[in-house]
Amino acid sequence: MRLIHRPSASAVVALMAVAALSSTTACSAAKPASPGPTASAASAASKAPTREHADLVIWTSETASRAITPLAKQFGSENGITVAVQVIASDLAANAITANAAGNGPDVLTLPNDFLGGALQNGAIAPLGLSAGDLAAYDKNAVASVTRNGQIWALPYGSENLVLFRNTKAAPKAPATVEDLVATGQAAVKKGIVDRALSLPVGQQGDAYHMEPFFTSAGGSLFGSDGTGQPDATKLGIGTPASVAAAKKIAALGDKGSKVLSRSIDGSNAIAQFTAGKAAYLVSGPWAIADIRKSGVPYDITPVPSFKGGKPASPFLAVQAFWTMSKAKNPTFAQEFVTKAMNTPAAMTALYQQDPRPPAQTAVLKAVSAKDPDMAKLAAGAKYATPLPDFPFMAGVWPPLSQAFASIVGGADPTSTMQKTGKSIQSVVAAR
Amino acid sequence: VTILAVSVRVLCLGTMVGTTAALTPSLIAGHRYVLLAVVWAAIAVVVATYATHRGLLAKYLVPGTLLLVLFVVAPVLATLQLSTTNYGDGTRTTQQQTIAGIVGNSIVQTAGSQRFNLTVATTGTPAAGPFTFFLVDRATSVAYSGTGAGLRPLDPARVTLTGGFVTQAQGFTMLTPIQVNAAAQLLRNFTVPTADGAIRQLGLHEAYEGRAVLKYDKAADTITNTQTGVRYTVQRQNGREYYADSNGNRLSDQSWRADVGLDNYRRAFTDPRILSGFLRIFAWTLVFATGSVVLTFVVGLALAVMLNDPRVRGQKLYRSILLLPYAIPGFISILVWSGFYNQDFGLINHLTGMHINWLGNPLWAKAALLLTNLWLGFPYMFLVSTGALQAIPIELKEAASIDGAGPFTNFRRITFPLLLVSVAPLLVASFAFNFNNYNVIQLLTQGGPFTPDNPNAGATDILISYTVRLAFGGGGAQFGFASAIATLLFGITGVLAAAQFRATRRLEEVN
Repeated sequence: MRLIHRPSASAVVALMAVAALSSTTACSAAKPASPGPTASAASAASKAPTREHADLVIWTSETASRAITPLAKQFGSENGITVAVQVIASDLAANAITANAAGNGPDVLTLPNDFLGGALQNGAIAPLGLSAGDLAAYDKNAVASVTRNGQIWALPYGSENLVLFRNTKAAPKAPATVEDLVATGQAAVKKGIVDRALSLPVGQQGDAYHMEPFFTSAGGSLFGSDGTGQPDATKLGIGTPASVAAAKKIAALGDKGSKVLSRSIDGSNAIAQFTAGKAAYLVSGPWAIADIRKSGVPYDITPVPSFKGGKPASPFLAVQAFWTMSKAKNPTFAQEFVTKAMNTPAAMTALYQQDPRPPAQTAVLKAVSAKDPDMAKLAAGAKYATPLPDFPFMAGVWPPLSQAFASIVGGADPTSTMQKTGKSIQSVVAAR
Repeated sequence: VTILAVSVRVLCLGTMVGTTAALTPSLIAGHRYVLLAVVWAAIAVVVATYATHRGLLAKYLVPGTLLLVLFVVAPVLATLQLSTTNYGDGTRTTQQQTIAGIVGNSIVQTAGSQRFNLTVATTGTPAAGPFTFFLVDRATSVAYSGTGAGLRPLDPARVTLTGGFVTQAQGFTMLTPIQVNAAAQLLRNFTVPTADGAIRQLGLHEAYEGRAVLKYDKAADTITNTQTGVRYTVQRQNGREYYADSNGNRLSDQSWRADVGLDNYRRAFTDPRILSGFLRIFAWTLVFATGSVVLTFVVGLALAVMLNDPRVRGQKLYRSILLLPYAIPGFISILVWSGFYNQDFGLINHLTGMHINWLGNPLWAKAALLLTNLWLGFPYMFLVSTGALQAIPIELKEAASIDGAGPFTNFRRITFPLLLVSVAPLLVASFAFNFNNYNVIQLLTQGGPFTPDNPNAGATDILISYTVRLAFGGGGAQFGFASAIATLLFGITGVLAAAQFRATRRLEEVN
């Protein structure tokens, strides 16, 4: 982690000119002692990304790059410009904000909608100026999640929410309730078809995002809703009696209960458990589809079920989107690429084909769902979804909440854990 | 002085002067005058040192001194300077930039306004203007020319319209897409005023009529929403200034940069969140750094001594195999190891038949960290020990043997003390490195396991991982605070290293 902000390219070259002094006397200077073991790892893992030189620079994630690279190349050849698509492996949001502040950032960025709060706090993004006619083609919830202060800040292209994947060999019928899921999953384990009933990432540090459907179905909530359906930071639901009751239901699925949830399942192995045919059920999202299809495991997709007599399970709804940066070196091409080239059914369909997730344009979703029923099933899982909160202080909310769920799954007392976590999160929200 | 030496010298100095000269225009353009002066001063010192025959001593000292200033003194000073500001998430911009951003981003399309097909043209140069917008109303297909003076209908006879765009006009040069993009800074401020607002560019081929909803009043330092009439004044909330209305509702979460003096240091010493975990974490940091050094050194040295015996066959092969962990990138090894520790699917529990929750139990997590760091670090110790062993004269050992010393006594009295003389400074360096070994903590345990009581301090957190979480975790990136912490850690590590070097000096008295 660099503690000083990144100097601009010319400053770096200037420093290197001074550093070049060493070359004249390299032989006379004694070699400094090695700093110790694994020094190479330190430099490799903490390197900040560098902007490539091109007429349009796009920073994106590994999965999204597959879909965006061909479209960006096409845009480049149509306009006679060079385009660079850079995959930023880690901390894309933080790296982009820091690079943008230093004038070295990308022109266009792809990130989910929860980038909005932090980006606005840092003045890192520019509004898009899409017309009402343009926006009518998009899903209302997707547009709402990238709208703030009367401006549209990003072009949504694909939605993401958790659903239940089911190995139809182990569980032919979709479970009506969580209890049903546990019973049929455990029956499949007993028959020796699978090794475990459910694969839902928990890990040692927990995963509040993946726990949200069960938590809400059991009566809990992270934030209450303001009038417009957006999360309201003043209505914190953690630490309340309802959250404690919900935590008890989750505890009953953990180490001291049915053991359906386990800290051994984490983000690195959850999908692999299902694709290897070892788990009857998997709670995951569109990003798992490619692996599942490749594995050949017979599967079906249904919304995450709710507890018997509980509330509907409402996962978070995240929207993948294109953002234009406030200090982009090529703002005009960035604007043209996002608001014109990507804002077409053809581009949205191409994005879906390379990176399958329900398209945010309603007509495109309908068209692709006709050929690919999975997309409609994924979208159906969002029926009760709530927007993924984008408050800048969420970085202080996710870790303690996730940890609370991991501890509860591991057998910690649900009541005191939820109450203590509620206090921690309350102090984070109050300091905003 | 040979011709070769002179020409190499001329070439090196010429390259440096040339590079600096080439950089000068871009530094001037970027208003980086201090850096410019520093670079030229450094070049002047180098040229004065190596191009003349004076100052023989300086020829040896200048490069080291310059590099010391560049890589040690300058970063420390920069960190110190940053530690007196509030720079971080929400405070990356100056107040002026914040205002300009908020007001500039409040432009919305005026109700009922049309969209225009846009062609950017100029009567001057494509880079500098002056610019004219040729606009075609998409609904009525009426063509206009727009300048800072306003909108004027075009005489259809004087322009060529193709596909709804003005493609030619007498006396004007049409800008290509690349030229429009290159002139973005000028075009951003170029608007065509209308009765309701102004026509602005949107991408390459479109324009719309928009109006800024917010207005900044410089004299009163307030921002006013022209639609609702709400006034936003500067207010201090949670230690930062924001524009907020009379109820304290913020216009934006964006604050601005400010000097805060020693506040970041005060916070480091008074924040209960920091103090609550500090002593426990400091103790574990010492245990972790010491344990890592001792374990890797013991294992590395033992292997080195064994393989140093001339009776061992295939020495080179064994040595190459032992170096393998060092050849694999550390972060890959660490991620593989983190998989080994999984309670249900991990290799270690699988092989041993145990059911230990390695990374979920505080004690086992610490053991797992030390074990992983042992794997990562012993090849380095093996390497330096092998080198040091081979540097010890064989005669000393032979003499001791003649005096009746057995192999163990020989090692304890002769080999080990002599070895320590050369290896001890490396042990100190390794200690200092592990004291701040962020990577292995972050990649293996992320500082965890955590308890619900204190989500900020985990069981395996060392000072650096703990403070990185405080500075970059929940509250977003807080570069100013992080710099203050870095300065304090710099002090702690420096004091510890100085004490250790003092201790190792005693070893040298053996000779």
